[in-house]
Amino acid sequence: MTDNNHDIEQPVERVPKRVIGTPSHAATGTSLLGAEERAGSAEVPGVNLQDEATAKKGERIAAFCFLLAFLAGIAFIVSYVAFQVGDLDSAATSNLALGSSLTVALLALASGIVVWVRMVMPKYKLVQERHAMASDGETRSYVGETFLQGAAESGITKRPLLRRTLLAAAAPLGLAPLVLLKDLGPHEYADFPKKLRHTVWGEKTKEGKPRRLVVEGTGAPIRAADFNSPGGILSVVPEGYEHDLNELAKSTLILIKFRPEELKSGTNRNWAPDGIVAYSKICTHVGCPAALYEQTTHHILCPCHQSTFDAADGAKVVFGPAARPLPQLPIAVDGEGYLVATADFPVPPGPSFWERGDAEAEAREKGRQS
Amino acid sequence: MSTATVPKPIAGTSSFLDDRLGAGNFMRRNLRKVFPDHWSFLLGEIALYSFIILLLTGTFLTFFFKPSMEHVIYEGSYAPLQGIGMSAAYASALEISFDVRGGLLMRQMHHWAALLFVAGMMVHMLRVFFTGAYRKPRELNWLIGVLLLTLALLEGLTGYSLPDDLLSGAGLRITEGVAISLPLVGTWITFFLFGGEYPGEDVISRFYSLHILLIPGILLGLISAHMILMWVQKHTQMPGKGRTNNNVVGAPFYPAFMAKAGAYFMFTFGVIALLGTFAQINPIWLFGPYTPADISAGSQPDFYMGFLEGALRLMPSWEVNLFGQGGGTIPLSVLIPALVPMGLIMTGLALYPFVERWITGDNREHHVVDRPRNNPHRTSIGVSAMTFYGVLWLLGANDELSWVLHVSLNWTTYVGRVLVFVAPAIAYVVTYRICLGLQRKDAAIIGHGVESGVIKRLPHGEYIEVHVPPSQDIEAHMRGKEPVPTLPGTGNGSGNGSGDVPPKALRGPIGRLRAKMSAAYGGEKIPLDDGHGEGHGHAAVGAGEDDKPAIH
Repeated sequence: MTDNNHDIEQPVERVPKRVIGTPSHAATGTSLLGAEERAGSAEVPGVNLQDEATAKKGERIAAFCFLLAFLAGIAFIVSYVAFQVGDLDSAATSNLALGSSLTVALLALASGIVVWVRMVMPKYKLVQERHAMASDGETRSYVGETFLQGAAESGITKRPLLRRTLLAAAAPLGLAPLVLLKDLGPHEYADFPKKLRHTVWGEKTKEGKPRRLVVEGTGAPIRAADFNSPGGILSVVPEGYEHDLNELAKSTLILIKFRPEELKSGTNRNWAPDGIVAYSKICTHVGCPAALYEQTTHHILCPCHQSTFDAADGAKVVFGPAARPLPQLPIAVDGEGYLVATADFPVPPGPSFWERGDAEAEAREKGRQS
Repeated sequence: MSTATVPKPIAGTSSFLDDRLGAGNFMRRNLRKVFPDHWSFLLGEIALYSFIILLLTGTFLTFFFKPSMEHVIYEGSYAPLQGIGMSAAYASALEISFDVRGGLLMRQMHHWAALLFVAGMMVHMLRVFFTGAYRKPRELNWLIGVLLLTLALLEGLTGYSLPDDLLSGAGLRITEGVAISLPLVGTWITFFLFGGEYPGEDVISRFYSLHILLIPGILLGLISAHMILMWVQKHTQMPGKGRTNNNVVGAPFYPAFMAKAGAYFMFTFGVIALLGTFAQINPIWLFGPYTPADISAGSQPDFYMGFLEGALRLMPSWEVNLFGQGGGTIPLSVLIPALVPMGLIMTGLALYPFVERWITGDNREHHVVDRPRNNPHRTSIGVSAMTFYGVLWLLGANDELSWVLHVSLNWTTYVGRVLVFVAPAIAYVVTYRICLGLQRKDAAIIGHGVESGVIKRLPHGEYIEVHVPPSQDIEAHMRGKEPVPTLPGTGNGSGNGSGDVPPKALRGPIGRLRAKMSAAYGGEKIPLDDGHGEGHGHAAVGAGEDDKPAIH
């Protein structure tokens, strides 16, 4: 199609010079219709030198960019010395000064090099031959023979005793690194998955009293009479373990007060003194704190994956990927009027794990027996 | 070759090296190594340069970061957190942000570079996929690429968890929740990872050594291998004028490509510096120290983890107990979303070159890449997978979606559950049709020429638009198309097409399936030259390689 023999004659200058998507004239060195190479190419085929005017212009622009990069680089060093840090505002100022000077320096340097390549260096269209990746048959057979010959010379094929003992020698050494990793785990394994089933709510305090519920953050115990805001939600942690992250990851509660008529059958009323209900805050899906509460619908929402629990009905799942309700903690009011835990969660709180089993059925059986 | 002499210092150094290494031979072969040019070949470079920037900024951060979960009381210069208990890791991350000059900049640049690293890998991978650049002989480099992407996700996860702020802790908690859900080994894996119960006091220092030593070490090794293979096999090129399977057309490594690559590195670096300066990322001081008891609403992972987050959110609440009270709990609502999408995507990617080769029976070397339209089924499969990924990714932010679009949160999930299956199917059909449409357009341009914009009135009064032949480059680009190969004996194949009796290997049930897939996947759907050349005075040219118009 290099010829242009149209039966429709057309004025040459009406032919569009570029069609959308056509590589630019200069870049390819070919015209739209013809195969003429760009004039002024050098001796080496595929290397088209720039004309001197373009190169000169390119040199000036690139030099300007490099100079700018130089100045911005100086500005970076000056900013480091000039702007001290030590609070939010000064850190922000320092960040701005350092970052913008670095940005300008890098982008100016990059632009300069691009101008250099595009305006000063020649346009290239070099062609290089490719060769098949595969070696020729002779090489292959040579390698094959040499391999067999070497194997025979080493005796590994002929001497099974050598071979087998070598393999035997390697095996334990290969296992050694795995064995070394064993102490990554906890040191005592006896109570190992069982630990996930228990929290400190099931243990009495050092003084032998039932453990109090305290407010997360302040650590203040909660007087049942004071927690008197229906619709309110409170984040609660076990007394004595306010900063124990391992314990908080299992034992954190949310406390909600209901009017008696609001509670449905899913919630154990015996564990809800004055309509105050305590659920595990740790989502049964993957363990995020289910921290959001919508008081008109009594829905507890986990912000991570939107598992939604009905707080008025035993925190049963009403939406989302969680498979089980948030466990309810048995609580009561102690002699001084404070909320305390009377026992551990009936089922393990938090995400499911292999050894967990149908803990709900277990808890129901236990409930019937007692 | 110019006749000027090499300056003395360079000549001295180079003969020192040549005497000892024989570097001259290497230089002779490689100084003028030709690199083909196309904008899409630059995408992988973004990832490469981001990795270098990650190493540089990351090294700076390690000088100040303390990977310890020891409980300390913050006494640094950020007033709102003074006197508050936190881990030493979080305190040192705050120190980097507020008390080290350039620390905030390096932290933000490190985070942005990480995002750009993964994003660069992803778009580079899509380029390689859609152009079929993974085909023989480049399957090994493709596998290295898949491994690099997987490791990059892991590297991101471990790095993201280090500052030990409330947001990073939420991510860590989800990681733990997923790990503990694994059947049989889940509890043990988490206990070994965390050195006991979650969160323990070990995980940050363990993630730290994974994040700064083990994974980057493997990444560095694999990236080097990736580069070496690319160098040895030479880069693929787009179809075009003068480009064949047996040559490379482009600019020489020295000086042009070298300078361009240097400039591109500086651009990447500059853009990351720009983002690190003006686009705040991960302002850990606002989140506060981690405690498993708290969370902030709207917690989002980095973008590359979004599809896993979306999968977790979409899943219905399924859980089974195999042995009743005896254990055997399998939380499908965690396991399926955590393993299946990632497994599908990564396994699919890794196997694709081999499955395609099995289906097409194409065992040739390919150095000229396909235009995506010219292999419509591959392109549709790719877009379909992207849609699957994209739906999951979007649903990872369904709370934001429902907030911004004022729709019910629950409905975003319900719609997502349907879309995750339906959208990829729709995407497949639509992409397939678009590909064929584009092929028809190419055939029209080859057959009828390009609209010139010149309107001509014929003697009998009819107006026509004059069509001119496309430029040589465009035409050569289009004529780079070749039919997708099929197995011999599967009907419309380009092979020996003799037809009726299938070869022995294709007679069994698997063979018949293979033949059927081959016939559907391959073949020429829209031939470039189908005899529409009337009125233009040029004969239709055969589609075969050999019939390509001579260049010059």
